[in-house]
Amino acid sequence: MSFITRGFSGHRREPDPQLPPGQTLVHDWPVLSAGPTPRVDTATWELVIRDETGADHRWDWDGLLALGVEDVTVDIHCVTHWSKLGMEWRGVSVDKLFEDVESEHEFVMAHSYGGDTTNVPLEDLLDGKAWIAVEADGEPLTPEHGGPARLLVPHLYFWKSAKWVRGLVMMPDDEPGFWEQNGYHLHGDPWREERYW
Amino acid sequence: MTHLDGNALAGVLAEVFAVDLTDARARCTGCGNVGRLAEAMLYTGAPGLVARCAGCDQVLATVVDSGDRLWLSLTGLSAIELRR
Repeated sequence: MSFITRGFSGHRREPDPQLPPGQTLVHDWPVLSAGPTPRVDTATWELVIRDETGADHRWDWDGLLALGVEDVTVDIHCVTHWSKLGMEWRGVSVDKLFEDVESEHEFVMAHSYGGDTTNVPLEDLLDGKAWIAVEADGEPLTPEHGGPARLLVPHLYFWKSAKWVRGLVMMPDDEPGFWEQNGYHLHGDPWREERYW
Repeated sequence: MTHLDGNALAGVLAEVFAVDLTDARARCTGCGNVGRLAEAMLYTGAPGLVARCAGCDQVLATVVDSGDRLWLSLTGLSAIELRR
């Protein structure tokens, strides 16, 4: 009945279909950090994937970029209730990193410079669902936002997009990372509101 | 990233403990430093509160608050000294 105006109905709004439940749209990009900000020079930066044999697959900065950097436009959803829509990123698909990695394990612990950890099922990192991001909003990632490189897993709450990523360690079982040990959900799907235990 | 000092933990810990824990001394499992919890570095710009050792940066304690539930971790402290 579109000819009936809604009038002054207060501040109620229709739910935005792009926003998962309990989220509020923001236009800035809040910085969340649980400790001192690591400053990592790309000259010494490296990324390691460790499989169950203990073998390390290593990439330095140039080696990472040589895998191919792609444009990614995605929405991000922070567990602290803000979402940012249509954000432009550049990064290397995690699929590229795993092309040469043989592993039977189905879970990954992401490790960060600075010591943070977060667990992610491998299937949430593959098939075009995750990247090692190096740019956001047309600029290299700043240290405050996890630069020089952070994991980008936009379909999970943003704490899973580990800042200052330095390693992915294959695990046979889904072990909790830092926030997952301390109250946050093991998986973190924003559409299911998987915020806490 | 800026941080507060551990005194800012007083309110949330008072919900859980009958004594003021920020005045208690505790031992860091990372470096063995013994200090008052009030002297820890408290990071509040995160999905929870994170108290780190002023000596070695190790995480001493975390608090996650969902509104109706609260998770307190003290895994970075090997012992807390309470004076009578």
